[in-house]
Amino acid sequence: MNDMRRTEPTVTENTTKMQARKVQVYYGDNHAIKDVDVDIADKTVTAFIGPSGCGKSTFLRCLNRMNDTIDIARIEGDIRLDGEDIYDPKVDPVQLRAKVGMVFQKPNPFPKSIFDNVAYGPRIHGLARNKAELDVIVEKSLRRAALWDEVKDRLDAAGTSLSGGQQQRLCIARAVATNPEVLLMDEPCSALDPIATAQVEELIDDLRSRFSVVIVTHSMQQAARVSQKTAFFHLGELVEYDDTSNIFTNPKDSRTESYVTGRIG
Amino acid sequence: MTLTAFLILLVLAVTGYVMNRRAASALTADGTRLHSLTHFHGLYALLTVLVPVFVLICLFLILETPIINAMVMAGLPDGALDGLDTGGQQLVLAEIRSISRGRVFGTPEDWKLAAADRLVALYGWFDILLIVTVIALSLAILLFTRRRVAAEFRARQASEKIVTGLMVACSLIAILTTIGIVFALVFEAWRFFQMVPLTDFLFGANWEPQIPIREDQIAAEGAFGWLPVILGTIVISFVALFIATPIGLLSAIYLNEFAPHRIRAIVKPVLEILAGVPTVVYGFFAILVVAPALRGAGAELGVPISPNTALAAGGVMGIMLIPFISSFADDALTAVPRSLRDGSLALGATRGETMLKVLFPAAIPGIVGGVLLAVSRAIGETMIVVMAAGLMAKLTINPLDSVTTVTVQIVTLLIGDTAFDNPKTLAAFALGLMLFIITLGINVLALRIVRKYREIYD
Repeated sequence: MNDMRRTEPTVTENTTKMQARKVQVYYGDNHAIKDVDVDIADKTVTAFIGPSGCGKSTFLRCLNRMNDTIDIARIEGDIRLDGEDIYDPKVDPVQLRAKVGMVFQKPNPFPKSIFDNVAYGPRIHGLARNKAELDVIVEKSLRRAALWDEVKDRLDAAGTSLSGGQQQRLCIARAVATNPEVLLMDEPCSALDPIATAQVEELIDDLRSRFSVVIVTHSMQQAARVSQKTAFFHLGELVEYDDTSNIFTNPKDSRTESYVTGRIG
Repeated sequence: MTLTAFLILLVLAVTGYVMNRRAASALTADGTRLHSLTHFHGLYALLTVLVPVFVLICLFLILETPIINAMVMAGLPDGALDGLDTGGQQLVLAEIRSISRGRVFGTPEDWKLAAADRLVALYGWFDILLIVTVIALSLAILLFTRRRVAAEFRARQASEKIVTGLMVACSLIAILTTIGIVFALVFEAWRFFQMVPLTDFLFGANWEPQIPIREDQIAAEGAFGWLPVILGTIVISFVALFIATPIGLLSAIYLNEFAPHRIRAIVKPVLEILAGVPTVVYGFFAILVVAPALRGAGAELGVPISPNTALAAGGVMGIMLIPFISSFADDALTAVPRSLRDGSLALGATRGETMLKVLFPAAIPGIVGGVLLAVSRAIGETMIVVMAAGLMAKLTINPLDSVTTVTVQIVTLLIGDTAFDNPKTLAAFALGLMLFIITLGINVLALRIVRKYREIYD
């Protein structure tokens, strides 16, 4: 695997950040993910699309081992971050999750102040040596999430007092505050109105300059707007994975074509 | 005969249901559209018969015996009750009643035998009266409801109104009973405070509830200062919570977040069994195991420990409260949305950090509410302290000393032959009233906290 990384990268093409090979996920007896191979490029937005229940969210949760918190889930296969197997017994899932951040479908700010929400990750990982450094991290994260100007005067207000779109951007700020290398987003806009969605999509495009972003989405327009690469999942299988433009204009698999043209889903 | 009356009522009510339902169905035969579905027409008949006649039977049962008694007593020959006070008349009546049941002692006068026969006859007449009334009234109502069946009759609204009325009546019964209890308590406490000034009771540091029974008896005048008693309650409750709160909370945290499913499946039911142990059994445990163990330990260390320590009673009460607090805290933690837990874990927090910094703070209001409810249980708990705590009221906060509690004093004051005309027994009501006020205050506070916290996540 490492060999591939060394030979392939070029100046123009982004390096592979995460690599999944023959990934299987079982929930009890249910075989939820079958033989999925994906390379996720650095500094790129990768979209996972597919009908409900196709396994895209399940696969996303494998990438930061969030499935570990579900007792009946069992994962086989090989997932690597920078060439290191993340399911190796030596890997601490807690440290992995600091590198692979996640934003959820429903905004889930902690019932704490805006400042404490963003400072949560830096505090538990000891990223700031003093209050001044912490202030800097919080401001930087909120700026990256395009939220700073709206909340800079009320950092002590409860995170839950913000509007839905602001809450989701707060969650993004919270996730980027730990300096992750990969940011996973599980339908981050499905609970938001169109204006908030546009703001978050714009933000995702900005985030691409620093992180590798993986976004699960129901909306094909969203995938087309924000991503460079798109993976189409159907019934637990990865049907097609290619540049977004190819998936939407020139799909190779008939199932992909049916889905993106709206005939199945 | 009562059973027969109820059976007749039930049969007639069901008949009404079937009859009206059929009648309503028949209306639809020619294509008429009914306002209400056919079974609402049936239900309307059922309820309209059932409710009033049921109430009538109940009233009859309540009033039957007093009326018959009055009739028998009024029918006694002149002079039979001469020179008898109310108590004596009651005795005569009791004798007549026992003769009517065939238990004859000695040789009763003829007029008593005659009265007993009259009593039996009256009961027979009343039974017939009941059955006839039930049948007549039910049939009348049946006829009335049958005539109301029509396409535009709003049977659904009508039956819903009756059901609503029933529910209101049930709630009223619950509320009125509570008000009645409070009223009785306040009334008796009021009588107490006419004999003992309120300030003496609230601020007195001496509790010696004795009063001379005879005029010439040499007994100290009673002292009714409740401070040592409530202080004992506070000391014991404090010991109990000091034990129950940390153990209950930590076990809830472990079970909720860290325990494997198998352990949770075993421990949770065990904790619930602990909650179901009768308090009198905890009392045994306190006097047979904990108190002797404490004394032994005290003897080893050279500390004199009294046999009825606050520590033993409070400690065992604490054990009783562990499952209470644990299950409340577990509920509060479970109510924290899973998304918060996931959010924290996804940021690379450990389970411990997630618990400490996210779940526990979010659950704090629920947990505080649970602990407050446990406090009010500790204050009101009776059996353990009756068995394991002392009787002597001492103004002390030393848990190794023997103290008494409000509940123990109430029990002691009311045990045995009591007359409710002296401060000694009436003091129990004053204590009960204070206990009621305290626990009511704590419960209101706890429920407010719990409710406030529920509003956040719903």
